[in-house]
Amino acid sequence: MLHVVNKSPFEKNCLESCVRLSQAGSCILLIEDGVYGALFNGEASEEIQTCLKDRKVCVLGEDLQARGIESDRIMSGVEVIDYAGFVRLAVEHPKVQSWL
Amino acid sequence: MSEELQSGIVKKFLYINRRAPHGTNYAQEGLEVALIGAAFDQDVAMAYLDDGVFQLKSGQDTKAIGTKNFSATYRALGDYDVKLVYVERESLERRGLSEDDLMPLVYEDEDDDWEEKPLIHVVSAGEMQKIISESDVLLNF
Amino acid sequence: MTLEINGQSFETDEEGYLANLSDWSSELAEAMAQQDGCDLTENHWEVVNFLREYYDEYQIAPAVRVLTKAIGKRLGKDKGNSRYLYELFPYGPAKQACKYAGLPKPTGCV
Repeated sequence: MLHVVNKSPFEKNCLESCVRLSQAGSCILLIEDGVYGALFNGEASEEIQTCLKDRKVCVLGEDLQARGIESDRIMSGVEVIDYAGFVRLAVEHPKVQSWL
Repeated sequence: MSEELQSGIVKKFLYINRRAPHGTNYAQEGLEVALIGAAFDQDVAMAYLDDGVFQLKSGQDTKAIGTKNFSATYRALGDYDVKLVYVERESLERRGLSEDDLMPLVYEDEDDDWEEKPLIHVVSAGEMQKIISESDVLLNF
Repeated sequence: MTLEINGQSFETDEEGYLANLSDWSSELAEAMAQQDGCDLTENHWEVVNFLREYYDEYQIAPAVRVLTKAIGKRLGKDKGNSRYLYELFPYGPAKQACKYAGLPKPTGCV
């Protein structure tokens, strides 16, 4: 399953719930303000670290660029994708859960 | 507010910005309202805390998401005579950011041969408490 | 609202400011000024072009006080004062010049 998080982990608990309730083997995609969750050294980095053990974590590059976050500020193991990659993920995963 | 403005009383306005810039409209609207207030000769200061600190992150470029890159507008704060921009240090640290990650903002000091001076002051939570308590009007975005 | 110039129509807001920045051309500026009974001289253009550059850099149209100060810095004190600017743009230097520059209404003007 593809899990999409679009809210900042510093403001809402969407990422926290997503991490708690997504299964091993699933894919977590951070978009919009959700991309702040992938910040290296940020307080949410532990949650992402947990996910990276058994889940794929992606972040949308266009949203990183808009927010001035260079890819070297992103935690290693998190994959930066573009809009086309987003479409591919959505096609690959028949079910999508958006943690609004 | 218009009566107060006409009476010539200058109040200390503090705009408290706690939202990240591009996911919602709060940041852009807060900035515009602050500039409008400053254009009316009010004493305007800006405070950035929580996700609001992301508004001042350097290098923002919204071309790919197709929205207006209003991050350029923060550089007009000095032109509008806003001379105090406070950023809470604890909020930066929780997000893995430091002062070096923020866009450089300056104002030109008319009384000092137009010398460019920094607008941004990174302050502790304790200092921010004092700044909030000493303001007359608090506006939140 | 729409603005009709040389058989073409352009979308504007209710006060005549262009809805789309990209519709702007110098001919359109001349035509808008003419509708207000104003001929754009070199001095007018200096201000209009300054505003377009300001918008390009800061993504806002400056309020009149900000414009006056910035013009003074760029073009000298004899131009950076409200008397000079109001003579050029009697409807308000920021408002009127922004309109001809194809910008939205200045931030901080009501």
